[in-house]
Amino acid sequence: MSAQLTETSRVETAASSAPERRVNPFVRAGLLLLALLVVLALPWYIYPPVAMDILAWGLFAISVDLLLGFTGLLSFGHAAFWGMSAYVTGIIATRAGVPFPVAILGGAAAAMILAVPTGYLAVRRTGIYFAMVTLAFAQMLYFIANQASDLTGGENGLQGIPKSFFGIELVETDAFYFYYAGLPIILLGAFIAWRTVSSPFGRVLLAIRDNPARARALGYDVERYKIMVFVISSGIAGLAGGVFSVSHGFASLQELAWQTSGKVVLITVLGGIGTLWGGPLGAAVVVLLEDQLASSGFDGIGIITGAIFVLIVLLFRKGIWGTVSDLVTRVRGRAATDAQGKHDA
Amino acid sequence: MSASPSTTERQSPSQPPTPASGGPATAILRTVDLTKDFRGFTAVNSVNLEVADNTIHALVGPNGAGKTTLFNLLTGFLQPSSGQILLRGDDIAGKQPEQIAHLGVARSFQITSLFDEMTLIEHLELALASPTGLGYKFWTSRKQLGQFKARAMELLDQVGLADRAGVRAGSLAYGQKRALEIALALANDPSLLLLDEPTAGMGLEDVDRTIELVKKVSGGRAVVFVDHNMHVVGSLADRVTVLQSGEVLAEGTYERVRSDERVITAYLGETNDGDGHH
Repeated sequence: MSAQLTETSRVETAASSAPERRVNPFVRAGLLLLALLVVLALPWYIYPPVAMDILAWGLFAISVDLLLGFTGLLSFGHAAFWGMSAYVTGIIATRAGVPFPVAILGGAAAAMILAVPTGYLAVRRTGIYFAMVTLAFAQMLYFIANQASDLTGGENGLQGIPKSFFGIELVETDAFYFYYAGLPIILLGAFIAWRTVSSPFGRVLLAIRDNPARARALGYDVERYKIMVFVISSGIAGLAGGVFSVSHGFASLQELAWQTSGKVVLITVLGGIGTLWGGPLGAAVVVLLEDQLASSGFDGIGIITGAIFVLIVLLFRKGIWGTVSDLVTRVRGRAATDAQGKHDA
Repeated sequence: MSASPSTTERQSPSQPPTPASGGPATAILRTVDLTKDFRGFTAVNSVNLEVADNTIHALVGPNGAGKTTLFNLLTGFLQPSSGQILLRGDDIAGKQPEQIAHLGVARSFQITSLFDEMTLIEHLELALASPTGLGYKFWTSRKQLGQFKARAMELLDQVGLADRAGVRAGSLAYGQKRALEIALALANDPSLLLLDEPTAGMGLEDVDRTIELVKKVSGGRAVVFVDHNMHVVGSLADRVTVLQSGEVLAEGTYERVRSDERVITAYLGETNDGDGHH
């Protein structure tokens, strides 16, 4: 009961971002086209499995942004849904021999089912307590996966996940073609996220983020909305985790580890919360950086990524996307004032 | 606890409300021995409040008297330790704020409580969409909220904010924010309107404008408000309940309460000149 009063406190990082919807529709269509071109061209310029990683992490970050940027909930256990789907996708693909998109949909469904009880318990808390409950669930799942080695392979992980794709051998063996087979699943996840934030439901989410007590006074069942968005977000994280595990051909305990939950929050904040665009941008930075540093043979990857993270957060207070779009707005605003000034003179 | 809703109904007068004559009116809201205990500190102690339909009822009392706690109890933001809250005879104690909102009880907040990133029209669309369940639709376009635009504009017009419809709430002046609060509370035509310090922190001009506004919108519903400003209480309230240390100290018309000796010592003594602006 006393928790109801603490609802007025919220995750501080989520408050400052401006909603995406003030963007000019032409600018948005142009950006969308550009993004699509970049995504289509990516495996020509980047090692295809790395390109696939960027998209998977990007979608994972979008799912976190749905909670953090649009609802004001910091999940620190989102690896549970990414990892749950990674394993379930792997098990379905291995044992049922279905095409991998079907297996991934199965994995995402499993993640959503897991999200119902997790969300139910977690949304009763806010702020740091919400983060702790989600973390606790993820840790629990980590240990279960470690114990149930018959199903999950335990510490060895689930190996040899096939990329069955309607008998099209190019996709099944060549990562370059696999990228294009996996892309629609990523786009589906991104579309669901976009649809959600630009719906009446999404408007209520913003209200809950900015002022939960007021939203309740208006008659909105805040906990129910939070459970719903939590389940949607988990499904999207599940799509991402499924693509990741099929792309790598294995699912390991790392997918459920708290470091994975931390990494996706880092990517989301880095890219800019409350934007949806920020997630993939942050993912590109982090995944490419890790890839470069890994191939350089340098040991202290964590130190470098950590330092860059600190730097970007200091330089770009609203994340990369948020800062850039702010800058564009300001420049355009100044241009408009100048034009106005000339007009007056 | 012992009184069932049916006995309560029998106790209340059955004739229609006659506010003009000041005679007995139907109670829309009654509290029975309402108590809220915060770990040994009793913020609201055995309060029996009766709010007649079609009246404006003021809650006054010094800081810490339990006014806001009482508001939070009535709207479900706090759960009572004991006692009943009867809305048209039905006990609503234990219900959640969103459930109480759907029963026709709307409230404003003491500290301005808006969605700073949203425009005024978006605020009211959101308020109007609440009873329809449109908010659950995550698969349709938010343009659907546009169906409430006409009514939203009417409400903005009513509180004098029609020309600011497209402005973000965060950039409004203070008095305008308070007016938006009232518009939000009014949106779904509540039968019981609770206003927590509607004139707090306002300049004189805004205070008078708010008094007129509350008068204008009070028709056909009961209004309960908290205010420290005796000028506001005197101009608006049909009845006044004075709280002190969580208990009802006095109740009656403004004139009667004003001359009550206990009230003068406890509270009105500070602002004895009758229209104590702060």
